[in-house]
Amino acid sequence: MNIPSDLKYTKSHEWIRVEGNVGTAGITDFAQQELGDIVFVEAPAQGSAVAAGAPMGSVESVKAVSEINAPASGTVSAVNADLTDHPELLNADPYGKGWILKITFANTGELSGLMDAAAYAAYVAESAH
Amino acid sequence: MSRPIEEKLLFEKDHPGRVGASVPPSDVPEVDPRTLFGDMVRGAAPAFLPEMSEVDVVRHFTRLSTYNYAVDFGLYPLGSCTMKYNPKINEEVARLEGFARLHPLQPESTTQGALELMATLQNALCAITGMDACTLQPAAGAHGEFTGVQLIRAYLENQGDARKVMLIPDSAHGTNPASAHFSGYAVEQIQSGPDGCVDLEALKARMKPDVAAIMLTVPNTLGIFEKNIAQICRILHANGSQVYVDGANLNALMGITRPGDWGADVMHINLHKTFSTPHGGGGPGAGPVACKAHLEPYLPRPVLAKKEGRYLWDRDRPKSIGKVLGFNGNFLVLVRALCYIETMGADGLKRASELAVLNANYMRSKLRPLLELGFDGPTLHEVVFCDKGLPGGVTTLDLAKRLIDYGFHPPTVYFPLIVHGALMIEPTETEPREEMDRFVEAVAAIVKEAEENPAYVKAAPHNAYRRRLDEVAAARNPRLTYKP
Repeated sequence: MNIPSDLKYTKSHEWIRVEGNVGTAGITDFAQQELGDIVFVEAPAQGSAVAAGAPMGSVESVKAVSEINAPASGTVSAVNADLTDHPELLNADPYGKGWILKITFANTGELSGLMDAAAYAAYVAESAH
Repeated sequence: MSRPIEEKLLFEKDHPGRVGASVPPSDVPEVDPRTLFGDMVRGAAPAFLPEMSEVDVVRHFTRLSTYNYAVDFGLYPLGSCTMKYNPKINEEVARLEGFARLHPLQPESTTQGALELMATLQNALCAITGMDACTLQPAAGAHGEFTGVQLIRAYLENQGDARKVMLIPDSAHGTNPASAHFSGYAVEQIQSGPDGCVDLEALKARMKPDVAAIMLTVPNTLGIFEKNIAQICRILHANGSQVYVDGANLNALMGITRPGDWGADVMHINLHKTFSTPHGGGGPGAGPVACKAHLEPYLPRPVLAKKEGRYLWDRDRPKSIGKVLGFNGNFLVLVRALCYIETMGADGLKRASELAVLNANYMRSKLRPLLELGFDGPTLHEVVFCDKGLPGGVTTLDLAKRLIDYGFHPPTVYFPLIVHGALMIEPTETEPREEMDRFVEAVAAIVKEAEENPAYVKAAPHNAYRRRLDEVAAARNPRLTYKP
């Protein structure tokens, strides 16, 4: 399972790549494996506000619909339009072409509450029993 | 059975000039509708409707029916759906001319029998659930949820206490969050404890003035009875909040315990689950809502009333949330449900619930050596297994598809979400032991196949009308219209 070391992670299996005041976010490799083939992605509109830990959209697979929670609070500055026609990018490349949105942070201090790669790897190992 | 016929679509079977009925030639002159209706007539060409004879149409649908699986054919262990057998006497009664040929706009003076039937059903549902009032209008379970949540909303707003949050445990039915969200509430999930029940400390900590209600499925989707339900009701009420019970699993409780006695304020009842009305083709369902007296003024209009020995529709309901459906619900479904209640009687309904729990626990103990349980606590009318320990890389989906080859409808899979690779089995009380044994033998055979030849199981079904369908392609690129 791929857990890149340069990202931060949530307990609900989202990742975020922090670059200054902006973060790029998606769902983790573990999340896409658990969900199976993803058929639909619902992301918030560009310009909308998201709150850390609160639902901001959903991903639908043939097994289930799961909420995506915002890894950080802020404003949605970009949304990956390719996912509309190619939701399978979330399965094929969850940390690259399968990115979901970019958030302009309201409070970068919040980010310290997220897990690093080592902590997330341990968390996944524990929750996968 | 011999090789099934590959049946074409009706559109592909069109045979111009062929008709199903001989209509005598018109003895009045034909009129162009445009001269009568002008621009209201749309479209230059008539719509393409296939032309066929009666025998073409009857054979088409009869052939399609042979590709189907039904509870009349065998065990249908679709967990959470309560696919019990539907007694044929229900059909007899629903076909009585006085019921089948009624029109909903007939004057009340000509429909007293039908209204009495509806009043009797309402009273029976109140008696079974421990509630004070009931509406039969909602056409399905989720529609009932929506109606019930609207009652809560109207009640709270009428108190000048509009609240924003609906609490829903992670073991609830998937429709609960949708109904709450659709009614304008923010949904907050409450985690289950290790015993599969609501964590009381977490619940108490969340009791703030913004909580409108909790929606609880009892027993929950793990088949576990919420043992602290009375205390949960007290905690919510002390906070000025309401308690909604999802009655989809009422089949485990009839004659044994009543939501109204726990302290619940409102609930819906799925007649197509617990009360043996047909489930087929996604409907027609019926999701009556029963509530306590304080919510009664908000029930959908019109409300059935009785004055001077006559039944009538009371439309003077100023606090009502309004109509939630045209006319009076799926009336003939209501006829079937009351027929079931009357033929079973109070003792029979209690016995049905007892046997539903017994059958599920029989399946649980017989399957336990083969599959791993999702939660290891006492369960009622259904049992959830997980995919842990399935040999040969075989998944829940593979097992479900292979069950089709053994002549069974698969159980509910991948729900509830809190169990990994969930396999949710609900035999209901109407299954004889031999049929359940046949299912257990099939699972045992599939687990053995998974050890010896997993690739074969992963390619199932092999004997069905169709091989494994590409569900991913169907979801990603749905083709919903016929194009010649």
